Amino acid sequence: MAALSDQLLVVAILCYLLAMICHAVEYAFGTRSVIGRAAARPERARVLVGAGVGAAGGTGPADEPGPVADTALPDTALSGSDASVPAGGSGPYRAVLAGRTAVALTGLAALVHLAVLVTRGIAAERMPWGNMYEYLLSVTFVGVVGWLVLLYRRPTLRHLGLFVALAMVLLLAVAGLLLYVPIVPLVPALDSYWFVVHVATIAVSSGILLLGAVPAVMYLIRHGHDQGKRSFPYSLGARVPAADTLERLTFRLHAFAFPIFTFAVMAGAVWAEAAWGRYWGWDPKEIWAFISWVVYAGYLHARATPSVKRPVATWIAVLGFLTMQMNLYGVNIFFEGLHSYGGLD
Amino acid sequence: MSIEQHGRGTGSAGAPTGVAEAEPPAPGGPAGGGRPSGVRRTPLPLALLRNSWRQLTSMRTALILLFLLALAAIPGSVLPQRNINIENVNRFAAEHPDLFPALDRLGGFDVYASPWFSAIYVLLFTSLVGCILPRLRDHLRALRAAPPPAPKRLDRLPRHAVLTDHDGDLARIAAALRGRRWRVAVRGDTVSAEKGYLKETGNLLFHLSLLGVLLGVGLGSWYGWHGNLLLVAGPENAYCNTLQQYAESELGHRVDAADLPPFCLELTDFTATFLPSGQPESFRAETIVEQGDRAPYRASFSVNDPLRLDGASVYLLGHGYAPILRYTDRNGVSQTSDEAFLSIDGNLTSEGVAAFPDVNLDPVTGARNPDLQVAFEGLYLPTAPDSPPFTRSMYPAERSPAVMLFAYRGNLGMDAGIPGSVYRLDQRQVSSGRLTQIGEGKLLRPGEKWTLDDGTSVEFLGTRQYVTISARYDPGERIVLISSALLLVGLMTSLFGRRRRVWFRLSPAPADTTTTGRSSLLEIGGLPRTEYAGFADEFDRLVAATRPDPATEEGTD
Repeated sequence: MAALSDQLLVVAILCYLLAMICHAVEYAFGTRSVIGRAAARPERARVLVGAGVGAAGGTGPADEPGPVADTALPDTALSGSDASVPAGGSGPYRAVLAGRTAVALTGLAALVHLAVLVTRGIAAERMPWGNMYEYLLSVTFVGVVGWLVLLYRRPTLRHLGLFVALAMVLLLAVAGLLLYVPIVPLVPALDSYWFVVHVATIAVSSGILLLGAVPAVMYLIRHGHDQGKRSFPYSLGARVPAADTLERLTFRLHAFAFPIFTFAVMAGAVWAEAAWGRYWGWDPKEIWAFISWVVYAGYLHARATPSVKRPVATWIAVLGFLTMQMNLYGVNIFFEGLHSYGGLD
Repeated sequence: MSIEQHGRGTGSAGAPTGVAEAEPPAPGGPAGGGRPSGVRRTPLPLALLRNSWRQLTSMRTALILLFLLALAAIPGSVLPQRNINIENVNRFAAEHPDLFPALDRLGGFDVYASPWFSAIYVLLFTSLVGCILPRLRDHLRALRAAPPPAPKRLDRLPRHAVLTDHDGDLARIAAALRGRRWRVAVRGDTVSAEKGYLKETGNLLFHLSLLGVLLGVGLGSWYGWHGNLLLVAGPENAYCNTLQQYAESELGHRVDAADLPPFCLELTDFTATFLPSGQPESFRAETIVEQGDRAPYRASFSVNDPLRLDGASVYLLGHGYAPILRYTDRNGVSQTSDEAFLSIDGNLTSEGVAAFPDVNLDPVTGARNPDLQVAFEGLYLPTAPDSPPFTRSMYPAERSPAVMLFAYRGNLGMDAGIPGSVYRLDQRQVSSGRLTQIGEGKLLRPGEKWTLDDGTSVEFLGTRQYVTISARYDPGERIVLISSALLLVGLMTSLFGRRRRVWFRLSPAPADTTTTGRSSLLEIGGLPRTEYAGFADEFDRLVAATRPDPATEEGTD
């Protein structure tokens, strides 16, 4: 069962990778991309398609040669609008197909991801949250489920999936390559029902907060783009949803996750009282949870204050995300503390 | 530090007044129309005070203080902290002798008790109180007040609908709204309704609970106490709850040593099980407790399962082995030591000292000869390797126990009155030559005996288990827990609650629109006072519910 879990992890990473490629296809050739819009507006096709060839060459995978061949034509064709008609006919359709395939693959990957956790849990005869490897797998699983729920409710966000899939591939690769530890039972300190309550809620809230950082960053990019910035990260802004949609989404994800995170910290405090004799002792993990909590509280306050501009508030959310990352990796790696269950030496 | 603080200035004249409230003015801008501008002269110091108070309670300051608080907490995770691990602080001091004094002066090793950290949270909580008290007053007022009168132009509100041919029955509309738990006020030909007061209630509850948490933490530090000690198994090692027994203890500011609750504890047995890898699997300490008038009773506790006594809880922090060493001196007198050896790694390699200051006494006078005191410094290996070097245990359980001893004779330096570690020999005595090592180290298995050069001997009899425990009492815990629960309730209602208002106004319908003999035109306006995506739907449902006949709607929005 343990070996099965490890093999399933590889399958899950591959599924996410394929989903990422399909998202990239849609990103490059879909209606929101330069090429897609060029196809939709034939009178400007010549200029834009010419510019799009480079991008298509960069991101377009080999298994989608059709649109690339189409768009290579206009430079030599006498009339750009004529050449782009076939692209308008097949490109967006194939792109949408690629996008849907990507979502299906993400769903499949999430199922395999779940199977990784379940088999790991069965093999260990406990909840699979005993070390950093298992914890990261759980948090990313919450993240991907959150993403799929979001996608179900707002299908127009689909092209953000490229970033989600990229994040999943990277995080799972980190988990599998750097954090992997063989299965062992829990140390006595973790042998408590609070383990389930605390770690489950922390994982769920971290997953959603992790997910919340995606629209936050997208919003900042889009906002910068709307302000006329065209340098690198802002140049992506043309392809993301409207700024206020992203901003509202950021807030809703954070507002949803913050009480769960608060409860998780409280559950941890109750557990700490039983395990270590005090509910709060400024252990490095506790310190960084405190910092994250304060920063996210700051975000919610800033968001609710009309005099604070929305980009400023969103930057605070991104800062909160960074503190969460610090807590997840930094504290386990750099500091010595009571929460040293990472399995890293 | 409460939400939408700037809205306060406009509404303070009375109940919140309608549309103007929805868009609070920019900070520092003129206060809303309600209040005459304060031209009354105030003496300068008072004005200064008032302005600084306003500054302090402004949202901007609260946000800055929040970030300072987050920032100030960081050093505590980077630098070792005295109240968490004093040994690490001492090690840091030894490793960075030039950096340590400066950092120490800044409070770097007591971050959470340092003046600057305290200053930040005191200011933050002052700002919080200054912010929520007026809001509390406003909210209590709003709870008692009727929903505000309708604004003149209902068509300027975010939601708007007009019903022609209405029967003009405002009482039915009011009843329908009340049925949906709206607060309703009928004024002439208008109906005002408001819903979602819970949001602000939750917001205030959240912030008040933060004060409760602070109070609980404060109570804990005033009236709480804790002590840590190492308890070796056996009736002769039992301890009673007095301050002197603890190796390390801390009493709250308002706690006296005499206030400690009386109880005695004897460790009868300790079991630890380990996985083949050496990872611990389970711990359990068996004890006999004596407390109050009750007969001594058996109780066991473990990690995650503390021993709850009256007025204190006992927590299991660690465990290890105490080798039993019997030393027989020149006079043939034997003494036994079962000093704990402290474990230094996961396989419970343990180091410690067995000191025998009162041996080799003068057979006639019984006087102590300070040059003939004996001590053994050594390593205890629960599972010793089969061949040298005998420096590391191979497994945490006692599969092949052995103790590696180094014998010393001379003046142990215990009479000088200088406190020293009981787990190490006084190195000053060794380096000055007053304490000399006898021969090489010797590995003893249980039952083995080592005869020294002067005919005295030491015998390794076996081991006893010991546990390190912490006895604690924190009266603030319950308050913190209750406050936290309220905090969570308040947080959720304030985040997910939605305040909104609707108004209905009847006016005589223009003659040409009347088709069914009803003669009224009903204008409806809706205002969500917070972000609420579902308001449009709710508004439409309300409109439908107030319509006498579902076919007469003219249009919404």
